[in-house]
Amino acid sequence: MRIFDSHIHMTSRTTDDYERMAAAGVRAVVEPAFWLGQPRTNPGSFADYFDALVGWEPFRASQFGIHHHATIALNPKEANDPRCRPVLDLLPRYLEKDGVVAVGEIGYDSMTPEEDEVFAAQLALALEHDLPALVHTPHRDKERGVERSLAVVAESGIDPALVTLDHLNEVTVARARDAGVWLGFSIYPDTKMSPPRMVEILRRYGLERVLVNSAADWGRSDPLLTVRTAEAMLDGGFTEDDVDRVLWRNPVEFYGRSGRLSLPETDPGEAVAAGGGATFAGNSILRGGA
Amino acid sequence: MTTLDGLRGALAQHGALDTGGWLASAVARLMTDPDALERLFPAAGRHCGRAPLREAPGWSADQAARALLLAALPPDRLPAAVEAAYRQGDAGEKLAVLKALPLLPIGDAAVPLLGDALRTNDPRLVAAALGPYAARLDDAAWRQGVLKCVFMGVPLQRVHGLDERADAELAAMLDGFARERRAAGRPVPADALAVLDLVAAPDLAVPHRIAPLEQDKEG
Ligand SMILES: [Zn+2]
Repeated sequence: MRIFDSHIHMTSRTTDDYERMAAAGVRAVVEPAFWLGQPRTNPGSFADYFDALVGWEPFRASQFGIHHHATIALNPKEANDPRCRPVLDLLPRYLEKDGVVAVGEIGYDSMTPEEDEVFAAQLALALEHDLPALVHTPHRDKERGVERSLAVVAESGIDPALVTLDHLNEVTVARARDAGVWLGFSIYPDTKMSPPRMVEILRRYGLERVLVNSAADWGRSDPLLTVRTAEAMLDGGFTEDDVDRVLWRNPVEFYGRSGRLSLPETDPGEAVAAGGGATFAGNSILRGGA
Repeated sequence: MTTLDGLRGALAQHGALDTGGWLASAVARLMTDPDALERLFPAAGRHCGRAPLREAPGWSADQAARALLLAALPPDRLPAAVEAAYRQGDAGEKLAVLKALPLLPIGDAAVPLLGDALRTNDPRLVAAALGPYAARLDDAAWRQGVLKCVFMGVPLQRVHGLDERADAELAAMLDGFARERRAAGRPVPADALAVLDLVAAPDLAVPHRIAPLEQDKEG
């Protein structure tokens, strides 16, 4: 089983987590820039964080054979602090980096006018830098948050197939699917979504455009819930190929739209099919770990 | 040592320097628009690939391309542009800047970048900081860098000019390291012992080379 965790905040995790993830089959991750629990008060603090996401953290992951990528953005919560607004001016240089595969997490936290502005500005950056966008949907007032996020996405002119709406649930999945965006589900202990509920959603809505992630961070979370969901899928009658599609091929397809994924050659047959193994739709497939 | 012309030849072999290609256009543009470096420098690997260059040992295509981008800058803009490319770079960009330094007409201006690289915990950057440009590094910082390589398991053959520059002070530091390792029942890397053998360190209380050691796993 090969797992691509499409949303996990490794900065907040220990090397023990990397070891357990690698042992369980996690070979690639995407780490979205988000808030760190403690609010930041100046752009320099973000620059150091973004530098770690394209410098130190990929190196740390590589020591465990895990391919690390990032998404870069000013998150919606901190978009409300005027001291952090100049972070928008830092973004273009990070959005050119090899390891940056999307703009994110953007979207809404409390749906303020400041969040409107920063969300729209960053969708424009995604278009300008030819990158997909990862959109966080708010935990409070989620239904209206999803509705409003889809409206902003439509207004931006970005192809919905380049957008993931994340942290969806039973109530919001259908609306997002009808809008043509990718459907992200964060499997959390207790809250957002659980493996058995996820399996039910897959039964009902199918596997197309579905991303399953752990969204593990500095809160109570579990980086192996992707693996637990894969196991629940198998127990629930899905095939190995279904699991591979949801937990590997789907995230590869979505983030691969950046042309910047660097993936382990987990399946030699796939590399041959992609033309010799050097690249796969512009993304590089590396031999022998990192 | 590799030269800029050597890198040009190696990239040409790979077809990465064709007229009208991405790299040739980027180099031409930088001569008149040096600010374009901020977008061109990170993109080099996506356009030129990352394959090792057989004709330029130790270099990959993206690193060689980045060196040529820096070399294309007007000389008066070079120091500030090199510093920005390093400070704003991801790990791959930083590595390319460090490797390019000895090939650029930049004098001592980039010495502080070596200090930054030697403070990181990334063995690729530490090793690259001890290339030919490290001749400009002061002795104390250079010795700390060498010792850091030993601690991180970076083979000392990666340190440029080690045999010529190794001195009694470095030998004393390595001797202390070797004694700590032995006291802990851990192996001492063979390349560190070789440096000790090479340098006649005066005032050492204990002869450094003690009869056969347990097998060195890193050797
Ligand atoms: Zn998140």
